[in-house]
Amino acid sequence: MPASDPSASSPRLWSRKHILGLQDLSANELTMILDRAAEFKRFFSDGCTKLDHLKGVTVGNLFFEPSTRTKTSFGLAAKRLSAEIVDFTASSSSLTKGETFIDTARNIEAMGVTQMVVRHATSGVPHQLARHLNAGVINAGDGTHEHPTQGLLDIFTIRAHRGSLSGLTVALVGDILHSRVARSNIWGLKKLGAKVIVCGPATLIPVHIERLGVEVSHSLDDIVERTDVINLLRIQAERQRSAFFPSIYEYAHFFGMNGNRVRRARKNVLILAPGPINRGVELTSEVADGDQSVILDQVTNGLFVRMSCLSLMHEAATRPPTVNTVRSEEVIV
Amino acid sequence: MSSLLIRGGRLIDPSRGLDRISDVLIRDGRIAEIGVTLVEADETLDACGWIVCPGFIDTHVAVRDPGFEEDETTATATAAALAGGFTTIAALPDTRPVVDNAAAAEYVVLQAERAGNCRIHPLGAVTRGHDGAELADLGQLARAGALAFTDAKSPIRSAEIMRRALEYARMFDRPIFSHAQDPTLIAGGVMHEGYFSTLLGLQGMPAAAESIFVSRDIALAELTGGRVHLMSISTAGAVEQVRRAKQRGIAITCDVTPHHLTLTDEAMQTYESNCKVMPPLRSGEHIEALIAGLVDGTIDAISADHQPCAAEKKDRELDQVPFGIVGLETLLPLCVKSLIETRRLDWPQLISKLTTGPAAILNLPNAGTLAIGAPGDVTLFDPDACWVVDPRRFRSKSRNSPFGGWSVTSQIRFVLVDGNVRFRQPLFS
Repeated sequence: MPASDPSASSPRLWSRKHILGLQDLSANELTMILDRAAEFKRFFSDGCTKLDHLKGVTVGNLFFEPSTRTKTSFGLAAKRLSAEIVDFTASSSSLTKGETFIDTARNIEAMGVTQMVVRHATSGVPHQLARHLNAGVINAGDGTHEHPTQGLLDIFTIRAHRGSLSGLTVALVGDILHSRVARSNIWGLKKLGAKVIVCGPATLIPVHIERLGVEVSHSLDDIVERTDVINLLRIQAERQRSAFFPSIYEYAHFFGMNGNRVRRARKNVLILAPGPINRGVELTSEVADGDQSVILDQVTNGLFVRMSCLSLMHEAATRPPTVNTVRSEEVIV
Repeated sequence: MSSLLIRGGRLIDPSRGLDRISDVLIRDGRIAEIGVTLVEADETLDACGWIVCPGFIDTHVAVRDPGFEEDETTATATAAALAGGFTTIAALPDTRPVVDNAAAAEYVVLQAERAGNCRIHPLGAVTRGHDGAELADLGQLARAGALAFTDAKSPIRSAEIMRRALEYARMFDRPIFSHAQDPTLIAGGVMHEGYFSTLLGLQGMPAAAESIFVSRDIALAELTGGRVHLMSISTAGAVEQVRRAKQRGIAITCDVTPHHLTLTDEAMQTYESNCKVMPPLRSGEHIEALIAGLVDGTIDAISADHQPCAAEKKDRELDQVPFGIVGLETLLPLCVKSLIETRRLDWPQLISKLTTGPAAILNLPNAGTLAIGAPGDVTLFDPDACWVVDPRRFRSKSRNSPFGGWSVTSQIRFVLVDGNVRFRQPLFS
């Protein structure tokens, strides 16, 4: 991989126009994003309120699927870097008039947008847009595929508490089959040296997932004592109607995180949840509001991770071409 | 009296076991003589270095006329067929309205006559409006020219309806063409269920969906004595079941597409909507089983499973995009790439899958042969010509092909229907 070639990476320059998934990123690139995010976090905890990395830049916030926290987080991240923001949500869109998502995105781009934040209910839409647009595309969650900034903020939060990912055991619990958060976490965690366990009902574990180098478990009780981090993925009630599990009650019984399970876990275990959380389903209030929970840290960190991604992408797009960047662009997928 | 002499080509006619350098004389639209250094004719085509064979036959083509003319018309479908070396195609009945009555079948024949390109035979619906509930007018459809009955890409959900259709169609000696996929297991699916569907977060369709319906259809063929033809099988399980059923003498046939021989589910990695096909592109071990099925005769025919789709429908989210690719114009070179260049089939074997195989499935004794007296439906192609696939040059009205930019060998040169040149390769001539 050219990206890990030390001669090419010595001045650590970001070269990707798009951030579509953590599958594409090298460990070095992941670390660049996390380090930059940590730098931003320091600035802002030291009292800084605004930076000018994206001054004069217009960021499009294209949310074809409703979302409050990710959209707000990206919007605020762009604002803190002094960007202009064009907001788009499906409900206020012309999609209902039959316009294709590609036409919608091209219209937004024609307003001068050079960075497009894209959320869509269908996997692959950001990849399709990356082919059709000149703007840089950052995936804010596509269907059941990836949610790279969520993966990054989870990893950032773990790193902030533990210093490093290397050697940690992280359990992802719940609906792995339909989870874009799980896929991004798996790629990012594995690349940074963590061991990953996916834990959920057999109906919600996708086929061949072990080929990604993860351990599969169907019992939270079996793994709770040997994990450093437990990330509780959101379970959607409609999956029960599609026969993925018999009842929410039964799900919570086997896969819900409660006080008893936390007490059996390692003393410094971290409890994460991408949210929005269903109290009493994935985790009880006792756990969500307990000492091991870092759920609100995740939300705070999300802002800095997104600022980091937006600023790095902008630098790659505006940097004058040099011999060094031409070579590193060869790795762009 | 008009005559045409095709001189000096390698004549391959699997219907009579011929493979030799030979001239072909066509007189008054029919094959008149086959031999060496035949007498002069009104017109001569020099076929030295080329293969001369019966015109290809495709057992199921989506012509999409009437109702979906934005995708394809009879004129463009038949032009595409000719450009791909086909002289006879059977038209799927999933038009709007559905070909579930005699008048609709007669429209297909009439449109083919107007287009004046290749031959088209209608296929009739199994159930009225493809609703899976009531049988269409099978007898009248047969009388109006329907060679077989099918609900196209709608699997016949009810085993009871499938059973009755097989029993009833047996009276007219017509097969039922089955799209063997269990609808409950493929609902909402976009691609093959496997490692790549997990990676890409796309809803998968398991190979078992095909095995289950193939197994059901074989059991019903055995029960009724009716004839089942499985369209576009794609899995190792289906190949193995058909192999065993044939050994037991059950009346079952099947075909495969070139894209299922050349692409795997890995192709979906780019989220390319032109790779979304039904049945889905499978993993490598299925391809190996399909090729083995062609080699040992389990698979009778190769069909392009031509499914044209207007560009505006393919520029959608992957779960919204219709299934299918246009395939008539790339079938031969893709077969060459996967079967001839790999030495899995020889030329007579490949040509049999495009001529005698489909002719037997459709029960067309006069097609797919260069027997003396047969219609002068002949395809001439250069097996060594190299070219690059460019969908913009397709005769089909649609461009939905994942093969754009592929370097391929074998190119159609001339196609004759009733002894008349209906297609000649423009770059060449």
